[in-house]
Amino acid sequence: MTLYAALGAIEQGLVYGIMVIGVYLTFRILDFPDLTVDGSLPLGAAISAVAITHGYDPYLSLVFAAAGGFMAGVVTAVLNTKFRILHLLASILTMIALYSINIRIMSGPNIALLGSSTVFDRVSQLGVPPHLAGLVVFSILALTVAACMVWFLSTELGQALLATGDNPRMITSLGVNTHFIIILGVGLSNGLVAMSGALVAQNQGAADVGMGIGTIVAGLASVIIGETLFGASTIARALAAALLGSIAYRLAIALALGFEFGKFSFNPSDLNLITAILVIGALITPRIKRGLIQR
Amino acid sequence: MKHLLTALALAVLLVAPNAMARSYVIAVNQFVEHPALDAVFNGLSTYFKENNIEVTFKHHNAQANMGTANQIGQQMMAEQADLLVAIATPSAQACAQALLKAPPSAKRPLLFSAVTDPVAAGLVKDLKNPGGKITGVSDQLPIAKHIEMVRTFLPKMQRLGILYNAGEANSRATVVAIRELSATQGFEVVEATAAKTGDVYQAAASLVGKADAIFIPTDNTIIAALENVLKIGIQHKLPVFAADVDSVRRGAVAAMGFDYYLHGRQTGAMARRILEGADPGTVPVEFQKDLQLQINSKYAALMGITPPQALLDTATKIYQ
Repeated sequence: MTLYAALGAIEQGLVYGIMVIGVYLTFRILDFPDLTVDGSLPLGAAISAVAITHGYDPYLSLVFAAAGGFMAGVVTAVLNTKFRILHLLASILTMIALYSINIRIMSGPNIALLGSSTVFDRVSQLGVPPHLAGLVVFSILALTVAACMVWFLSTELGQALLATGDNPRMITSLGVNTHFIIILGVGLSNGLVAMSGALVAQNQGAADVGMGIGTIVAGLASVIIGETLFGASTIARALAAALLGSIAYRLAIALALGFEFGKFSFNPSDLNLITAILVIGALITPRIKRGLIQR
Repeated sequence: MKHLLTALALAVLLVAPNAMARSYVIAVNQFVEHPALDAVFNGLSTYFKENNIEVTFKHHNAQANMGTANQIGQQMMAEQADLLVAIATPSAQACAQALLKAPPSAKRPLLFSAVTDPVAAGLVKDLKNPGGKITGVSDQLPIAKHIEMVRTFLPKMQRLGILYNAGEANSRATVVAIRELSATQGFEVVEATAAKTGDVYQAAASLVGKADAIFIPTDNTIIAALENVLKIGIQHKLPVFAADVDSVRRGAVAAMGFDYYLHGRQTGAMARRILEGADPGTVPVEFQKDLQLQINSKYAALMGITPPQALLDTATKIYQ
């Protein structure tokens, strides 16, 4: 792997890391498997792209995107809590609806952002070379999001969120409205996912309705890789692990992209297989090592 | 001594041609495995092989994942390639963005291929004079010719059904063009969309009774599930026309299309010019040169129509 490819992978890991923190919030904290994210990631991208092409500030477009994602999450959570639709189905319904909504928002399947103003412009103006601008912006944003989340989960409301996932009956008996908490949590999660989508679009130069495919897969993989490799003993550690897991997942892809094994040549179509094998390797190596030491 | 000289002479003979002709490295970012896009790459690599130009391809495939396409774009900046080639719009956008961000030393010419609307995609500002480091070959369809072909098959056609994925920018552009054409040519456009291959059968079935023929643009989703459409076409005697010739081999009645293999070769010829020193900024975006009419008379019969003799005479290939 070249330095440039590694930097690219870390950059991708950080920008998708914001999405992973969102997935962590629903999947681990609320125990709510949420497939809305496959739709809310491109939703954020779409909103941001439309806002930017209408002349709004790229940073402000992130706020619009997050707000849109929040609403998408609220729809899923309301369907689940108020109308008692199973969480998986509720999120699938929102996700497929968002496909059409995203095309409406963009008045088409794709908006090009090449040459438009982006969040990187201001950083570049400060003298950061363009190939590092993404890394700088995403590091700052991802760490800020993670820090805010650590703080939020330490507040009374955040504690209620944690408890709702752990033991809904107990928290209900304490007089907390779990419906409200779930709606808030799923909304927040999708707000983060949409913000991540907005940044991805600005980074790759286009918002595309198809860019959300596989978001939940990458999100879950990253959360679990992070937990396995870096531990999740405290909230702060778990959130850091989610970010690092996201980076590890993207590094695995970068590694797979440049993979050579002696004379045996891989086909470009083997990429997903190699990525999967590398991730499996990363996940089981610590276990095997431990096993060997114990013996 | 004599042996040594012979050996030396032989060595020179063996090495010289390689040493004289420069060899190149081309990094390729292909969006997804797909017969048409695979054919583009095939055409591109065959072009260089046939012209005895040594090229090492660093061929990447994003497996239809935008995030991966983006990562490949960044990876390519470090691959010491002489030229970058991006196949399909999302990959081209990812490469263009990576190029924008790359340090000056890593900036290389980028050729796109199989991109329908390079201006709307933000790749070039001006088709004739791209400026910058990006140019390429567009697969924009000659819509008028397609429709003319369908109307030659079916002079009484009133309602043309179009089957596409509303999520694909390429198809959208085609559909808008057909709609504009329909207003002046006096036929009606009936649209049906499918968001994924699993929805194609239902979408095709929804056109039965509402359209006199089905036209499929170069839509990745529909073409991947073409057999579903053909089945409906045969069952309900609803002729299915396509925009790419590979679909004719599979059973579409006809296409005034173009061969993505030739598209790849055309990309190869352009790549060669740039490798040999042309400035991509001054090389105009090209459109497909060679159009060919292909007819599948077996499936035409199954779908209840007979190809007119005039078309059979001009077809470059007829599947019986």
